[in-house]
Amino acid sequence: MTATVTTPAVTTPVTRRGRGLTKKSVVPWLFLAPGLLLALVFKFWPMAKGVWLSFFDVRPFLGDKWTGLDNYTRVLTDHRFQDAIGHTLLLGIGQSLGAIVLGFVLALLLEGQARSLKIVRTAVFLPAVTATAVVGELWRLMYYPTSDGLINSGLDFFGLGPVQFLDNPDLALWSTMAMGIWIWAPYNMVIIMAGLAGVDRSLYEAAAMDGVSLRQRLRYVTLPAIRPALGIVLTLAAIRGLRVFTEVYVLTGGGPAGSTEVWMTRAYTLGFTRNDIGGASAASVVLLCVTLLLTVTVNHFRKRGDVR
Amino acid sequence: MSAPVIEPVRTTAPKAKARRSGKTQRTTPARFDTALGWNDRPGAAWALRILLCATALGIFAAPFLAILSGAFTRNASGSSLSFLPHDSTLLNFTVAGERGIWDYFSNSLVIAGGGLLLQLVVCTLAAYALARHRFRGQALILTLFMLTMMLPEEVIAIPLSLVLGDVPVVHLDLKGTVWGVILPLGAWGFSVMMLTEFMKDIPDEIEEAARLDGVGELRMLWQIVLPLCKPALGVAGVLGFIMIWDQYLLPLIAAKDPTDYTVTVALSVLRTDPEVGSGVVLAGAVIALLPSLIVYLLLQRSLVTGIAAGATKG
Repeated sequence: MTATVTTPAVTTPVTRRGRGLTKKSVVPWLFLAPGLLLALVFKFWPMAKGVWLSFFDVRPFLGDKWTGLDNYTRVLTDHRFQDAIGHTLLLGIGQSLGAIVLGFVLALLLEGQARSLKIVRTAVFLPAVTATAVVGELWRLMYYPTSDGLINSGLDFFGLGPVQFLDNPDLALWSTMAMGIWIWAPYNMVIIMAGLAGVDRSLYEAAAMDGVSLRQRLRYVTLPAIRPALGIVLTLAAIRGLRVFTEVYVLTGGGPAGSTEVWMTRAYTLGFTRNDIGGASAASVVLLCVTLLLTVTVNHFRKRGDVR
Repeated sequence: MSAPVIEPVRTTAPKAKARRSGKTQRTTPARFDTALGWNDRPGAAWALRILLCATALGIFAAPFLAILSGAFTRNASGSSLSFLPHDSTLLNFTVAGERGIWDYFSNSLVIAGGGLLLQLVVCTLAAYALARHRFRGQALILTLFMLTMMLPEEVIAIPLSLVLGDVPVVHLDLKGTVWGVILPLGAWGFSVMMLTEFMKDIPDEIEEAARLDGVGELRMLWQIVLPLCKPALGVAGVLGFIMIWDQYLLPLIAAKDPTDYTVTVALSVLRTDPEVGSGVVLAGAVIALLPSLIVYLLLQRSLVTGIAAGATKG
């Protein structure tokens, strides 16, 4: 993370016969070659190609036609994409904050050395190791809209009628958010717990001596100590929120009536169902820029925080 | 959801603390193990904690029981899910088998096995060079590997699917082969970073001594560095497996037709089949769930420490 800015003049090591270049200086590049090659072909090349294609009207058999920024204006003025921005932000922010708060509560609850706690922790962490597609199927069935669906039968017990969690356009996004929180809270729990383990115990003791209330103890001892962990959790969550795809795709597919359409599901539909490669590429490039911007900004603030 | 959880904690825990410090004048050094000051002695706080733990288990673990029981229930076709199978049967698994779930499953196993092997080899080699060698452009290479982490698959999905259909220079069509999924998973920035950090901590003296004995680079990596890196390799292995098993978009775009899907992607095929009930979908979900569950339960300690270490170093 430290080495992002200082990249001195890029020297290609290929001048093998140079005087200073012995066997020794070639060796690291041999070790790096497979990784760099794979990253180049399957990450950086597609990225460059995506940027390139975003300026074209891509026509499979007729040849691509340069259209400049047309794709971008088309995507950004499309009302379904505009709706998708709102959904992405709402889903990303709600899901991230929910998962962080719940993860923090879980970490406070399950902190400790006892064996029984370890078992509970293992069980609670299950959602985070389960493949998203499986989680999606599970939640579809839990949200089943009749009174014998799992959640609805629980609501039925309290005399509340069956709720159309995924079929009601006003509810579908919130239902998706609940699933996202369920997936990511345990993950955040582990990271926050690692932060809690690093808190100086003598501070707790000193605080107790001073007769500090539990609330103040959390506020002035625990929270500052786990701030780095929270920073990491927040960064990861923000990036995850922007690129959210699989959760939505397997749970609702963007429906009903586009009420859960997020930026990436929209781009996917555009690219693979409508064969509008140029438009989909433009949408992806926009998302990529926002992601990179967000990463850089958050890193900047995190570093400043660390120095202070 | 969180408000009712926090409130009672605030009111009861200080009471427990006051009682503890008041009665016994700190015979044993008061326990400040946890931020909330939980203690093991039976009491109101203790009971509350058990209640809250049970709630957490109910929310996060019980749905898995529902999957299991649904998968073993006859005619779970419509909707009913419960925590205990009624009218238990293996029929759902038989039907799922007829729909080709085991073929999808073996696709998944080949991809997970091959992908993980490739990923570990590639990332170990790169980490070795980054940690144990000094060369020009090192910072740039490190940045490149970090960029692979920041470059989500979702964002490059569309051009990647074109690249998979026609790999640059060699003009191979990887679509419909397992290579289309395995190769893009090879360079994973997270593993490279983590292994690099770990390998840096190996003392130079060990390496120098080996060099004096005339050990070459490959033997150095294989016989000296790797054995010392076992814990880190374990973490990279578990996290890598779970990450690969969780892939959805990549197998989807790398497939030529639905028979190339992995088991996780195939679940949606199963779901849209009108002749198949939710019991069968759940049977498929159990099959898709099992490998990552087994890996997690066997190696969960290294996984959890890995996430924590990766996150705090990241």
